[in-house]
Amino acid sequence: MSNLKYALYTGCTARESTPELLTSTMAVAKKLGIELVLLDEASCCGASHLQDFDEFLSLVLNARNICYAEKLGLPMVTICNTCQLNTVMTKERLDNDPKMKEKVNEKLAEVGLEYKGTSSVRHFQYALIDDYGLENISKKVEVPLSHFNIAPFYGCHNIRPSHTHYKHNSAGAVAAEYGVEAVEKVELMEKYTGESPYNPTSIDRLIEALEGNSVDYESKNKCCGFHVDLQAPETSNALSGGALIDAIDNNADLMVTPCPLCQLNMDLKQDSAGKQLGRDIELPVLHLPQMIALALGCTKEEIGLKYNVTKATELV
Amino acid sequence: MENGNEQKQEVTIKAFRFNAETDYLPYYKSYKMEVGKDELILDLLNRIKWEHDGSFSYRRSCRHGICGACGIKVNGKATLACKQNAIELVELFGDELIFEPQSKKRAVKDMIIDKGDFWEKHAEVKPYVETKVEPHPSSETIMSQEQVEQFLDADYCIQCGACHYACPVLEVNEDYLGPAAFAAAYRFSIDPRDEAGRDRLEKTSEMGAGVWDCVKCFECAEACPKDVNPIEKITKLHNMQFEQGVAKRNVATKHAEGFIRSIKKFGYLDEQDIVLYSEGLGVVKHLSEALKMIKAGKVHPFDIAKKKMPRSKNLDEIQKLIEISQTNELK
Repeated sequence: MSNLKYALYTGCTARESTPELLTSTMAVAKKLGIELVLLDEASCCGASHLQDFDEFLSLVLNARNICYAEKLGLPMVTICNTCQLNTVMTKERLDNDPKMKEKVNEKLAEVGLEYKGTSSVRHFQYALIDDYGLENISKKVEVPLSHFNIAPFYGCHNIRPSHTHYKHNSAGAVAAEYGVEAVEKVELMEKYTGESPYNPTSIDRLIEALEGNSVDYESKNKCCGFHVDLQAPETSNALSGGALIDAIDNNADLMVTPCPLCQLNMDLKQDSAGKQLGRDIELPVLHLPQMIALALGCTKEEIGLKYNVTKATELV
Repeated sequence: MENGNEQKQEVTIKAFRFNAETDYLPYYKSYKMEVGKDELILDLLNRIKWEHDGSFSYRRSCRHGICGACGIKVNGKATLACKQNAIELVELFGDELIFEPQSKKRAVKDMIIDKGDFWEKHAEVKPYVETKVEPHPSSETIMSQEQVEQFLDADYCIQCGACHYACPVLEVNEDYLGPAAFAAAYRFSIDPRDEAGRDRLEKTSEMGAGVWDCVKCFECAEACPKDVNPIEKITKLHNMQFEQGVAKRNVATKHAEGFIRSIKKFGYLDEQDIVLYSEGLGVVKHLSEALKMIKAGKVHPFDIAKKKMPRSKNLDEIQKLIEISQTNELK
């Protein structure tokens, strides 16, 4: 666990409407002695929408992002589930399709870059849990979260599709235990993490490590509907509202999610979802690093609860 | 093969029971049994019927993962009963397995559902090759290896309904065609013999029913017992709409295309601009949420010069790559 160092791909949201995600991530890393190098050259991942419009362009732009982590010789970490999935889907495609890799590299050569496939890409959540370790995080807790019932909301793109999840998100844990070659063995990866999309446990275990009470509820691995919020707000409200109500009905005091898109949808749209579903919905929704920062005793500014729309400032 | 020393595990099955003709409400009934390591979920369904209650009802036929009849849900997980080892699910969910029909609201008797909505939607996309058939063909239609590869295994679909009833959009939007219908739409549109591709693209581009209502949750990819990966085909249908000029300018297509607008300017997505650009005048409906974001300091509406917008380093590279790599446009 000493000298952990990663290239951090922030994505757009952490630099715009959820600045609290970036400050709390950096604060947690600082507290734990993890070095995060910001990939300031990176661009938007396309969030699946650019992929719908222009597949090839999205491959080129995502490959460029990975190039900058490769240039640093560092594993890449992400702090947004959708960035994570779009980046690893690019990586899988290029690592398994030599013709496409060549086509993409032809374009990248025009700006002096080459995609090699040498950097792993994982969500920071898994780097924390698998590389730093829950026992070690536990030792750093200054403010136990024991008075909170916390509902983990996993977010689709970190856990589905499961083969992508196993191959990338659990790569660090398997490599550390069995060597880098083992990462190719999907059976081993599945066995190691136990993070099934039908029964994920990593955030529950993290909550327990911070001495909080994790809330078990059916919606924890479901979709928040963010990606259709513009064209189908009723769908989006029904999904986000349904999950929030499920958490509330299971006595959650707050919800936590590793995905800023889930966070935005669940935090911002409680009134409209509540109106549609005929229920009052009020539940603070924290970013995963905000919750960790809270337990590690980071400063108010670093945790940034003032940026949360559903009032969460009294948690500190 | 009989193995006398085989380690068996005690499992409790809680099965959904309901008879639409006689029952007002469904209920769950528990069955305890010793389960061996090679038993399938279908074996356990059989054992409920044969050893406990002959009235227990479910669909089954081929036992080879090809007829698609025995789809159910186990602890919420879409499961083709004849393909799924039971102990694997005990390892995942513990020793209480909950057997439920694919859709509780469509239950007819126990595990049996009325799959009519599935078949109707499937039929809507013309799940067959439409072409003028020469009554006396003088040669076969030859497909190249490359053409075959374009199917992306979509032809492996067995219409079991696993993805359809795992899709959260279908739970809340009855018009939505769903992942299985989309996979079929792709499969037949890509067929070099077929001539109805444009009809299918138009059908699947409709708002409400079509691919733009997909929430990208990947539940369908996870649910499919044949690895058809329906969401991959949904993305392909999105792409084909633009490639073939079927896409109409609307909030969803502008949202997809609008990403390039932002990335060209900043490298990052301009979160405010993408909503304004996609919605046009419709943007007013976001007013109450926008005000909340302003109040929390999340957005900066008066930052006309975009001083607060982040900009990627080496933005010129990104602009150049867009210029030389963009393959589609929204007309």
